[in-house]
Amino acid sequence: MAIEHADVLRAAHLARLGIDDADATRYVGDLSRILEMVDALQGVDTEGVAPLAHPLDATQPLRADEAIEPDRREAFQACAPSVSQGYYLVPRVVE
Amino acid sequence: MQWETVIGLEVHVQLATQSKIFSGASTAYGAEPNTQACAVDLGLPGVLPVLNENAVAMAVRFGLAIDAEIPEISVFDRKNYFYPDLPKGYQTSQMGQPIVGAGEVEITLEDSSTHTVRIHHAHLEEDAGKSVHENFHSQTGIDLNRAGTPLLEIVSEPDMRSPKEASAYVRALHTLVTYLGISDGNMNEGSMRCDVNVSVRPKGQESFGTRAEVKNVNSFRFIERAIEVEVERQIDLLEDGGTVVQETRLFDPDRDETRSMRTKEEANDYRYFPCPDLLPLMLDQAYVDHQRTLLPELPAEKRQRFKEVLGLSSYDAAVLTATRAMAEYFEQVHTRCSDAKLAANWVQGELSGRLNKENLDITQSPVSAEQLGDLLLRLKDDTINGKAAKQVFAELWSRTFETADEVIEAKGLKQVTDTAAIEAVVDQVIADNPIQVTQYKDAEPDKRGKMIGFFVGQAMKASKGTANPQQVNQLLKQKLDALL
Repeated sequence: MAIEHADVLRAAHLARLGIDDADATRYVGDLSRILEMVDALQGVDTEGVAPLAHPLDATQPLRADEAIEPDRREAFQACAPSVSQGYYLVPRVVE
Repeated sequence: MQWETVIGLEVHVQLATQSKIFSGASTAYGAEPNTQACAVDLGLPGVLPVLNENAVAMAVRFGLAIDAEIPEISVFDRKNYFYPDLPKGYQTSQMGQPIVGAGEVEITLEDSSTHTVRIHHAHLEEDAGKSVHENFHSQTGIDLNRAGTPLLEIVSEPDMRSPKEASAYVRALHTLVTYLGISDGNMNEGSMRCDVNVSVRPKGQESFGTRAEVKNVNSFRFIERAIEVEVERQIDLLEDGGTVVQETRLFDPDRDETRSMRTKEEANDYRYFPCPDLLPLMLDQAYVDHQRTLLPELPAEKRQRFKEVLGLSSYDAAVLTATRAMAEYFEQVHTRCSDAKLAANWVQGELSGRLNKENLDITQSPVSAEQLGDLLLRLKDDTINGKAAKQVFAELWSRTFETADEVIEAKGLKQVTDTAAIEAVVDQVIADNPIQVTQYKDAEPDKRGKMIGFFVGQAMKASKGTANPQQVNQLLKQKLDALL
C-alpha cells in the first residue's frame, strides 16, 4: 500500500507534528516501505480468527474504588509553563 | 410537505464512584481546581491506568436493568484528538467491543402511552477536564479535576419521533440511573449530558435524512427546545431548496438557536485503536449473575406493585415512582400508617405542594416520612380530623415540634367525638342563629343539604376545629329536621 504526500501531511496535522515539505517527501518513501512490510501480513489466512485486542494473554485486573491519591497540585504545577489561581493556563481556546 | 422528525440520543452519565475510572483521585464535585487530578489523570509519562471495579459493576447493572447482553469480553480504545482539557491527547473509551450490548428502555408520555426506545449499546469512558474562558485575560484556564471521571455513554437507536419523546426518554434514563444508584443524576452539575442527533424526512419516506448533532443540551427543558429549533432550521433549509450538512451544532439557550461549531479539522478522524495500557476486560457469567442480585426493584416493577398490591391508580403509581427518593419516602409513610391511598394523597398533595413552593427536593423535606406516617395514623384512627391534620403538618414543617402527638397534645387538637359535648355545641349554634334556622325551615327540601354547611361551619368554629365533622353534620341534620 503506497501513501501520498497529502496523506503524510494529514497524518502530521492530526498528530500535531510540524514537518516541512522536504521531510514529508522523505516520509512518503519511508512510510510506504513500512506499510509494504506490514502488508505481508495480509497474506496470512485469518479466517475464523478473532481480532486480538492485546498481545498479552491476560485480562484486565480491577482496582478497588477508593479515593487514595493525595493532592499534589503544587508539585505538578511546578513544571507547568503557566498557572494561575490553581488553573493551568493555555492560549485562549475559542469555541 | 409533511415532515417527520427522527431523533437519537447519546447520553453521558457520570457514574457515582468515589474515585476515577483509571486512578485513585477523588471524583467529588466542587473541589479547588486541579487538587483532584493525579499523575494518571494528567497523563504524565510512565503512569499506568488501572480500571475501577465499581465503574465496571455500575455499567453492568445498567446493562442488566435494560435487559442488555453483557459480553464476556470488552475492550478499551483510544480516541485521539487534541484539546487542552484532554492532557493525554486521547480519551480512553470503548469503540468496537463495549461493556453493554443492545437493550431497551420503556418511556411513558404525558398521555400515559408507552413506547420502547432501543439502546444500541452503552460503553465506559473517561470524562475530560473543564475549560474556563472568562477569568483569564486572553488565556484559558484548565481544571483537570473532572478528567478521568467515569462516564457511561448510552447510545440510543434513532427511535424517537418528537421532542416530547426525546425528553421522556432522558427522564426515563434519569429515573433508571438514580434508582440503580449509579449516578446522582444532578443535571446542574453535569452528571447527565446529552448530545442529540436530529434529522427530518418527508413523512412516509423510509430512509433517514442527513442528521446534525446538537451538543450542550443539559437540562430537561432544553432538550425539547433544542430539538424544536433544530427541526425548524432543517425544514426551513430543505423547503428553500437547501441541504442539511452533517455537522456538530451547539444549542444556545439565550439566543434560542443552534449554531455550527465550525472546526478547521476536516471530517473527525479520531484514529481509534485498542489501548495498549489496558487489557481486555473479562466478565464471566458468575460475575454478571452476582451483579443481577444487587439490582434494586426497578421503576417499572415498583409501579406495577404499587398498582397491584397497594391498589393505587396508574397516575399515583407513576408520580410516586418518578424518583427513588419519592418512592422510598412514600413507602415509609405507608409502612407507618398502613393506608396506601391516604399516604399517596398526602405525599402528592400537602407534602409535594409545600416542597414545590419552597423549591425543595423530597430529600430535603423538613417533615420526615416517619413524622408524616405517624400523623396520618392519628388521622386514620380518628384522633384528629383533616383540618387539624393540616395544622399538625404545618407545625412539623416549621420544626416547632418533634412528633405529631406532641403537636396534638400541645395545641389541643384532639378530635371531640363525645356525643354529649358535640350536642352542646350544636344546640348553642342553633340557638345563636335563629334567622338561619328560619331560612332553613322555609327552604325547599333539596336546598337544605347545602344550607346545613353554614351550621357545620359555626359548630366547627365554636369547637376550635376539634369536633368530628361527620358527627356534627349528623347531629345538626337530626336537630334541624326535628324543628320542621
